[in-house]
Amino acid sequence: MGKTIIEKIFQHHSSDEVRPGSVAWIDLDVRTARDFGGPNVVKHLRENYDGNYLADPEKTYFTFDLSVPAKTIKYAINQQVCRKFAGENRMNIFDVDAGIGTHVLVEKGIVIPGSTAVGTDSHYNILGAIGAFGQGMGDMDIAFAFKTGKTWFEVPETMKINVEGKYEWPATPRDLTFAVMEKLGSSGMLGMSAEYYGDAIDSLSLDGRITLASQTTEMGGIVTFIPPNDKVIDFISRRAGRAVKGTYADDNANYIKEVDVDVGGIEPMVASPSKPTNISPVSDIEGVEIDSVFIGSCTNGRYEDMLVAAKILKGKKVKKGVNLRITPATKEVWIKVINEGLVDIFANAGAVVFTNAGCGGCAEGMPGLVGEGEVELSTTNRNYKGKQGPGEIYLVSPATAAASAVKGYLTSPAEVAK
Amino acid sequence: MRGKVIKGRIWVLKDRDGNMIDDIDTDMIFHNKYLYITDVSEMGKHALGNLEGWEDFPGKTEEGDIIIAGKNFGAGSSRQQAVDCFISLGIQAIVAESFGAIYKRNAINSGLAILECPCMDENVFKNEDIVSIDLETGSIKKDGTEIAGAKPMPDVQMDIYQAGNLFEYGKLTGRQQD
Repeated sequence: MGKTIIEKIFQHHSSDEVRPGSVAWIDLDVRTARDFGGPNVVKHLRENYDGNYLADPEKTYFTFDLSVPAKTIKYAINQQVCRKFAGENRMNIFDVDAGIGTHVLVEKGIVIPGSTAVGTDSHYNILGAIGAFGQGMGDMDIAFAFKTGKTWFEVPETMKINVEGKYEWPATPRDLTFAVMEKLGSSGMLGMSAEYYGDAIDSLSLDGRITLASQTTEMGGIVTFIPPNDKVIDFISRRAGRAVKGTYADDNANYIKEVDVDVGGIEPMVASPSKPTNISPVSDIEGVEIDSVFIGSCTNGRYEDMLVAAKILKGKKVKKGVNLRITPATKEVWIKVINEGLVDIFANAGAVVFTNAGCGGCAEGMPGLVGEGEVELSTTNRNYKGKQGPGEIYLVSPATAAASAVKGYLTSPAEVAK
Repeated sequence: MRGKVIKGRIWVLKDRDGNMIDDIDTDMIFHNKYLYITDVSEMGKHALGNLEGWEDFPGKTEEGDIIIAGKNFGAGSSRQQAVDCFISLGIQAIVAESFGAIYKRNAINSGLAILECPCMDENVFKNEDIVSIDLETGSIKKDGTEIAGAKPMPDVQMDIYQAGNLFEYGKLTGRQQD
């Protein structure tokens, strides 16, 4: 019997038997903690071990991306705990200017296809976008990973998702992602690994792959793999400074189930409050009046997302009474937005806030939070009740978000730009 | 060694209409506005603080209580606090139809007893009933009669639970010296 992608990656990183249901100890190529989990990781290490905290400082990182720069004194204190620890133990740190940790790891070629990485971020499985195994974990798990360089996994079953069909503007990769989520629901991959195949997947750019992979947790999945095409392999090879190879499933690999998703002719879609899988076409509820719009997050904070928003906003104004907040995912994206002139378009569109790179509204004190009664369109990954404040959040693509900001109500991008 | 049979008072996470609440996410369990907290003893008072109808939970629960939940309990973020807030309150175990994948790991590694009970009939559980749970077999009993059958704890989970938590387990097995 052949192996699925996760089984292959695990077997390359373990001396234990790897088959679905078995428990295997896996070597971890990269282990990271953020500014939220990080101080607890430090605390666990100090309380449980007597020095010699890191199996390999070179493979160990702090990535500050939530409260950046620190929005409260408490977060400032916590971040400084991590900085001090990093200095004392000669480990790596991406500080408050760097942006979302998982994205930085991809841009810098630190995580490559087929590698294993863990961090204190539930969207760490975003690394499946380049065919790597990424797993979000709590601070105890990560402290153990820092110390030992390994952890245990119960090898999950793998499901196969075939995404076929052609779609056109104004539908975007986020809408493809919504179509998959509509089919699978909030627990459609609960406890499973998944692999994406099909024409509609092959043609996705790296940014689009990141969007799709970022919604794995919202479907209950452990990780999803998008087998890297030549473009992705070339990109990572350049960034890593060496030739990398993808890890692909065997032809006779065993899948627990197979799901087909047809994205032919899909329309822009929206996830209404308060579940990411509460999905319908935008046209079904068009006209919902909005107070604010957020574009960014690990789901839609890439340059392509910024570009599509800029194309829509060019020469237009955000509707009076609405404010638009834009947060690029990383410093690299932030610089490109400035250098390519997108920031001028944003500035000229009226009530637009363009911030430094980071996670945005998923953290207290960051752009994207909503007050009582506020209705927001957001490109983030979750709209659970109360997560980003007491208001109501509708999840949409960056194109739908920008177009709706111009109109002042939820609408299809087709209404504003062709 | 910790005992393999536990007994305690239960809280069944239902909404005001009496239905089990599925997809309780980590922001409902422990809101992101408290993520600066690193002291476990400070976490308990925020447990379920953003779950409609359950905001008063920390005030009414007692050490040794057990939580009964629906599907995909602990969906969402990787925050350990969503587990540690229950440890802070002395919650002994959580039984759910299913758990979010990361939540499940976090709970196992923290040594909080969690059990999956697929297809359970929630009507057999009433707030403040006393039940006993055999962690090895998954059998859940009330007044000596079995009312539900959860999946037995997998070996690795039982080993970590018995050791106390992942760190203690690592020390016992020498994993941290590898």
